[in-house]
Amino acid sequence: MNHDIPGAAAWSAPVRAGRSITLTALADDANAAVLTIGSDRLDRLNIPDTLKSQMSARIRTGMVLMSDRGLALATVVASTLDWHDCLTGGRPDRLLLLELAKHGFGAADLHSCVNFFSKVAISGDRRASLAFVPAHARAGDTVTLRAEQDLLVFISTAPHPLSDGPAAGVAVHIEAAAPGDPELREEALRALELTRELIA
Amino acid sequence: MTMTETSAALDTVVEPGDGALLTVPAGGRLQIVDLHGNQAVDTLLYDAHDIDNRYSAFDTIREQRAVYLSTGSRLVSTRLDELAVISDDTCGRHDTLGGACSQESNVIRYGEHTRHQHACRQTFLWYGAPAGIGQRQLTHNLNFFMNVPVTSGGDLRFDDGLSAPGRYVELTASRDILVLISNCPQVNNPCNGWNPTPIQLLGRW
Repeated sequence: MNHDIPGAAAWSAPVRAGRSITLTALADDANAAVLTIGSDRLDRLNIPDTLKSQMSARIRTGMVLMSDRGLALATVVASTLDWHDCLTGGRPDRLLLLELAKHGFGAADLHSCVNFFSKVAISGDRRASLAFVPAHARAGDTVTLRAEQDLLVFISTAPHPLSDGPAAGVAVHIEAAAPGDPELREEALRALELTRELIA
Repeated sequence: MTMTETSAALDTVVEPGDGALLTVPAGGRLQIVDLHGNQAVDTLLYDAHDIDNRYSAFDTIREQRAVYLSTGSRLVSTRLDELAVISDDTCGRHDTLGGACSQESNVIRYGEHTRHQHACRQTFLWYGAPAGIGQRQLTHNLNFFMNVPVTSGGDLRFDDGLSAPGRYVELTASRDILVLISNCPQVNNPCNGWNPTPIQLLGRW
């Protein structure tokens, strides 16, 4: 399945367990804010749990995106970028709310998102001050997620909320996932094992 | 605590593993005192008149362009309304990245033997229920007195706290808010100094 999402738009799709979803930046400075909800339509992406179990403050290859209830939603199996922002949320976005509404979700489901293709640098000062990094993503950069259970994936291509650049489009490609895992931490492997035992 | 606190003033102790649901009116000040030091206090805020308008950790981080919370931090909602401001702070730094412990995330982080240990999300669900706060309404909380350093390389750790006995943080409500508190029972990492202890809540309104 292929679909090009234009800039400043929102889109959603079900992605079955075992399929992969590859996002490709169609222009420099693309941003894909991604929310995802698991197969029971309640268990959502939980960024704090994802970060603290893998000791990371960014999303990168070899991380499992974890749910509120400790299950694996998706694994980041490949990316041309080693940093995807997940600390600065999304724009309050009418298009994204409308996309959620199509599936019966609403404001209560505005949980954390990953801003794929964007980087917000963390300084070493006493507040851990943040600064958006322009031109982090270039046209052609990619990230591939493998669904670890049946997912609903919501994508907004609004510009990153700290960017003053124009919106850029993102191409979506969904296919059967290639075999093999990236290198994963013990916690990530445990989440995958629990998920496969329970629901996948 | 075993009931929703709505009195004009508040002075109560919350044991580790217990929690509270408070209504704080606009302008009200809530002081949370770390009685014994290094105790994480997991906290969620909701607009008292619309619980879908709730604290948003990542909108709060973005709006202040900084990860750690301290005096002056505006705690904002998913609609970017200011719910409260940190008006005083003798600890100096608080976390909003680490979220809350749950039975399930304990299993992922520490192993199957931790599955039936009490965890903050149990406390949130228990004390939140009378206000209609269920699983969908739980969001990423802030953690007073908890130390979760992030690095410019993009790494994150849980460290011993920076707090000490008697240090406190004060919130001033910017509108009528619900404050849902879990005094963290976690014993598998240093967020409570390996020894969860009581906190004191002081309300002035």
